[in-house]
Amino acid sequence: MRHIRDKEILNWSAFLQLQTQKSKDLRLQNFYKSGTYQDDTPLSEIDFVALDFETTGLDSAQNSIISIGLVPFNLQRIFCGKAKQWYINPQDNLQENSIIIHGITHSDLKHAPDLLRVLEQLLDELAGKVVVVHYRRIERDFLDRNLRALINEGILFPVIDTMQIEAKLQRTRSHKFLNWLKGRRSESIRLANSRLRYNLPAYPPHDALTDAIATAELFQAQVKHHFTADTKIAKLWV
Amino acid sequence: MEAELLEIQDFISQYAPFNQLPEEALRDVAQSVEISYYRAGSVIIDFNNDKINELFMIRSGVVELYRRKGELYNRLDQGKLFGQMGLLTNNKVLFPAKAVKDTLLYCIPESIFHDFCERYETFADFVEVEDSTRLKQAVESKSDDANALTTSKVKTLLTRDVLMLPSSSSIKSVAQIMAEENISAVLINDPEMEDDQGSSFVGIITEHDLCVKVIASGLSVDNPVSQVMSTELISLDHNAYIFEAMLIMLRNNVHHLPILKNKQPIGLIEVADIIRYESQNSLLFVSSIFQQQSTEDLVLLSAQLKDCFVRMVNEDANSHMVGRAMSEIGRNFKQRLLELAEEKFGPPPVPYCFLALGSMARDEQLIVTDQDNAIILDNSYQESQHNDYFAKLAEFVCDGLAACGYTYCTGNIMATNPEWRKTQSQWEDCFSDWIDDPSPQALLNASIFFDIIGVYGRVKWAEQLYAFMLRRAKKNNRFLACLARNALNRTPPLGFFKSFVMEKDGGHKNSINLKRRGTAPLADLIRVHALAIGSQAQNSFERLEDIIEAGILPKSKGEDLQHAMELISLVRLRHQALDVESNIEPDNKVEPKNMSDFERRNLKDAFLVLSNAQNFLKYRYNVNQLKG
Repeated sequence: MRHIRDKEILNWSAFLQLQTQKSKDLRLQNFYKSGTYQDDTPLSEIDFVALDFETTGLDSAQNSIISIGLVPFNLQRIFCGKAKQWYINPQDNLQENSIIIHGITHSDLKHAPDLLRVLEQLLDELAGKVVVVHYRRIERDFLDRNLRALINEGILFPVIDTMQIEAKLQRTRSHKFLNWLKGRRSESIRLANSRLRYNLPAYPPHDALTDAIATAELFQAQVKHHFTADTKIAKLWV
Repeated sequence: MEAELLEIQDFISQYAPFNQLPEEALRDVAQSVEISYYRAGSVIIDFNNDKINELFMIRSGVVELYRRKGELYNRLDQGKLFGQMGLLTNNKVLFPAKAVKDTLLYCIPESIFHDFCERYETFADFVEVEDSTRLKQAVESKSDDANALTTSKVKTLLTRDVLMLPSSSSIKSVAQIMAEENISAVLINDPEMEDDQGSSFVGIITEHDLCVKVIASGLSVDNPVSQVMSTELISLDHNAYIFEAMLIMLRNNVHHLPILKNKQPIGLIEVADIIRYESQNSLLFVSSIFQQQSTEDLVLLSAQLKDCFVRMVNEDANSHMVGRAMSEIGRNFKQRLLELAEEKFGPPPVPYCFLALGSMARDEQLIVTDQDNAIILDNSYQESQHNDYFAKLAEFVCDGLAACGYTYCTGNIMATNPEWRKTQSQWEDCFSDWIDDPSPQALLNASIFFDIIGVYGRVKWAEQLYAFMLRRAKKNNRFLACLARNALNRTPPLGFFKSFVMEKDGGHKNSINLKRRGTAPLADLIRVHALAIGSQAQNSFERLEDIIEAGILPKSKGEDLQHAMELISLVRLRHQALDVESNIEPDNKVEPKNMSDFERRNLKDAFLVLSNAQNFLKYRYNVNQLKG
């Protein structure tokens, strides 16, 4: 099945409306029906939700989501009281090496629900908000692929990718001739390294909720350093 | 699934005061935290338009706090808190804050802050103790403005031991001693005239007396001093404030005032001692009471009473001073009304003493008060001949007081009620009944009569009646037990701060009556102890001093009661002053939302002191063994 490329979506609001009609799954219909912001909405008026998955591997075709963390926020505040976290019983066999990375074991997941059981709750949390992730290939692709496998229908919605924002900033920097002369090269754009540039504290990695909060903090910092409250959402979502 | 915010909880738990809190408390904090990022150089709290309604904890970065004028107050880094001062002082911005490095803040809601202050002493201590002096400054009104005249007691003017000479001394020897000691007056005693309170103080002689009564009239200086001394003694208790001394001197046109402690002279003050103090507005107010020529004029003047009250509160007067000043003013209104009444109805057919009862007698009156009064009549009083005069007199005074804002007593304990116009011996019988054959029910409405003061006429009679009552009450255990039981009728609102136990009447659903549930039960309780030890004092603070001295309370409990009384009274009068200033009719009720956290916390402690003291009272006077 052909992947819809990000750049093809020019009007997210219209796209979600269209999906409302095309979707066959009631849960997805409801999610799309909530719609999203108009292109010219300033960041200051937007409710965001930072989302992070932990997975059994990096291949969305082969691996599964095992943990979901999310936290709602806006430009001023990250609302920890509304944070959510789920462990998911993976569809594939949990690979030994990912056990080591996540610290999540078979017994942790033995009684965890499968993705379908939490889907409705998850979509409720995301509906109407702008989702913020660090490296969208994971969150966007895994949710899409995992749903296709389960209900034979994928999902697509706009996201802000803090990694992509960081990549662009780094690219601009290293493309400048002077920087090139000085030997300034792109710095790492992984979450922990990106946070360091904004003087954000180091967190232990590989916990979905901690990473979601870390992503929300990173996005607040990026906006305060490189954008303004009036920046339009169309400039940032993909 | 409820998310576990372990990362946040771990961080918070490393720093004071959270490191002292149980895990469930930390979980509550983590669950309610909001996170906010501030870029270096950006303003976190602005002076002009922000209110503090959160406690801030620095997760990373550096924050600087500033004073009002812009100079640096403090620089804080990881794990430090700010905003607590604002939360303790009605959400005021005391120190604007700025991020000086990129900063990540944990914002902890006000509700958690107050809840923890309530629940965890270590937390409350931490957030309050840091800079307690500053907090004190913030909470207290500017004490620079306090006027020494209204805030200092006369005893502070006493610089030397009292000199007393026997009345048999010759005028010459007295004058020589006055010259040697360089004093302008001396007190005279007569050991044979010692009264039942052990005082033999009979007169005073001044330079003026020597000049007028001796030199000008050519009297031999070998005569005894008793021939020329003044025996109309005007004196003042050592606990009185300086402005009262000045008032008394002005009113009586005397220049020397003996100062008494337990009825014994301990010193003498002169006009010169006072004159260096500036005159005070409330003082002028009082003296003008006596210049008014009609009830109508007094009513006009009484409109300024509230301003006078607010001024005293703002000048940082304590509740004892305000209570005294307002009581004195109230008594002066009464006195002037009685003078006017006597002008109108003629001189009284028999001598009488007009009494003030309750808070006015205890010197604890504030601005919201009703009038409680009565009359002692001479034993020669004949109802058929004299009743008419005193009924008219009482009506004139009580109506006048009501017009001046002292509302009629709802229990009808007023001189207009014939039941409360009794002769000296009828009053003694009445007190004997109450004391010798007591029942809680009979005493229920009588407690007000155990605080009495003579305001006008034969004021000595009130003192005599009080002394009579004291002698009888002191040894009567059943009477004390009944009084103690009644003192337990009104309990402090201990549940107030948790579940908000409020007064039930209509307009004040969310309020607490600080008089009914605070100062009144405290005064009741203190009165029982005071009567038990035979204290002559009537003011609750002065009674407490005697009670502490008598040693009948467990160690330091007396001091606790003093603090509790002062705190509740202060909150009460501050809120009344605030009401007046915002043109609201002041009352004794305070809504918790209008309380500062400082008041809230300390009130709670004060109510606890009262509650414990009530338990002790129950045990000390065997209230549980009472029947009926």
